[in-house]
Amino acid sequence: MPSLKDLRNRIASVKATQKITKAMQMVAAAKLRRAQTAAEAARPYAERMATVLGNLASGITVGPETPRLLAGTGADRIHLLIVCTAERGLCGAFNSSIARLTREHANRLLAEGKTVKIICVGKKGYDILRRQFAEQIIEFVDLRAVRQIGFEQADMIAQKILGRFEAGEFDVATLFYSRFRSVIAQIPTAQQIIPAQIEAAGTPSEAVYEYEPEEGEILATLLPRNLTVQIFRALLENAASEQGARMSAMDNATRNAGEMIKKQTMTYNRSRQAMITKELIEIISGAEAL
Amino acid sequence: MATFNFELVSPERVLFSDAVDAVVLPASEGDMTVLPGHAPMMTTLKTGFLIIGNGSGNGKRVLVRGGFADINQNGLTVLAERALPAEELTQEVLDKEILQAEMLWDSTTDPAAKHAAEATLAQLREAKAALNY
Repeated sequence: MPSLKDLRNRIASVKATQKITKAMQMVAAAKLRRAQTAAEAARPYAERMATVLGNLASGITVGPETPRLLAGTGADRIHLLIVCTAERGLCGAFNSSIARLTREHANRLLAEGKTVKIICVGKKGYDILRRQFAEQIIEFVDLRAVRQIGFEQADMIAQKILGRFEAGEFDVATLFYSRFRSVIAQIPTAQQIIPAQIEAAGTPSEAVYEYEPEEGEILATLLPRNLTVQIFRALLENAASEQGARMSAMDNATRNAGEMIKKQTMTYNRSRQAMITKELIEIISGAEAL
Repeated sequence: MATFNFELVSPERVLFSDAVDAVVLPASEGDMTVLPGHAPMMTTLKTGFLIIGNGSGNGKRVLVRGGFADINQNGLTVLAERALPAEELTQEVLDKEILQAEMLWDSTTDPAAKHAAEATLAQLREAKAALNY
């Protein structure tokens, strides 16, 4: 039986923890709002980009002249996995579910006898994957110093990937991130970015386009930019998902702490009362003995 | 007077979306004006001022840096890599942009990229000079 002082200390420590989780939840809620607006503001650009690219690509027949970013290298041997996770933990299953999806994907590719290379964006994914795929991880991008994800960061990552693609280091690139559906639902997603996946335009525009400069030249500048845009979108969605996951995790933690405090207080009061009763009995029986 | 839909989108946000009657674009092969009923066309943009003609003729000016314009039957869509409305332009903002462009110029050795960076730099300096008036 713990003493009253022990119980008091324990209640105080759970209360302190609850205060922390509560504060983290509030911070996550505030950050979520910002991240969500940023993700929503970036959506039109990505959508327009997809339409423009779709229009352009539908008019082009794949030939030897087609940029390799669109047509691929013709091989399917080396796969690059770009894994975007958070920089911090304490956000429920957010990081581990992205890592799990990556692991499944990587294991399947390895079983098929393909070579897998991994680039980690974000520390947590690196920490999780490092254990199993230490040889496959070729790079780790640290965004810890970045407070608000900007286009520059996405561009930096895209340039790295493009450089490796130009050098012929891989054939297919897949991006892993968590799509933000709602505060309680984040969906880990795998998206192929090289060769570019282009949705065919709904209605092929019958109008003849004029291009300035040449069609191929436009496509050649558009495709790398599309890569940046896709990564940018993934990073923003990820940021929103992370805050959403953290918010619900911290909400749970706060609730659990509340329950624990209730239980402990009950035990504390019971043993306090028992103590008083015991003392009273001692006094009364002492008085009676006289 | 006839109008058409014009949308100006940067990666971070939608800057403008409304019906307008003319837009001047800094296209990579020379400035051009888009009027209602323009033939479908796609072009890349260089650094320069995009001018929105909104009825009054003396419209809003936006500094864009690189990007695309897509003209089709639905209107004009500009996807700008960077877009700064003229009212947000200050000496400091421009100085920062110029510094960035200079760094880009220093870091490239590819003649084509160097040329492009030089053009950007010239445009930015011009914009800065125009701002001083």
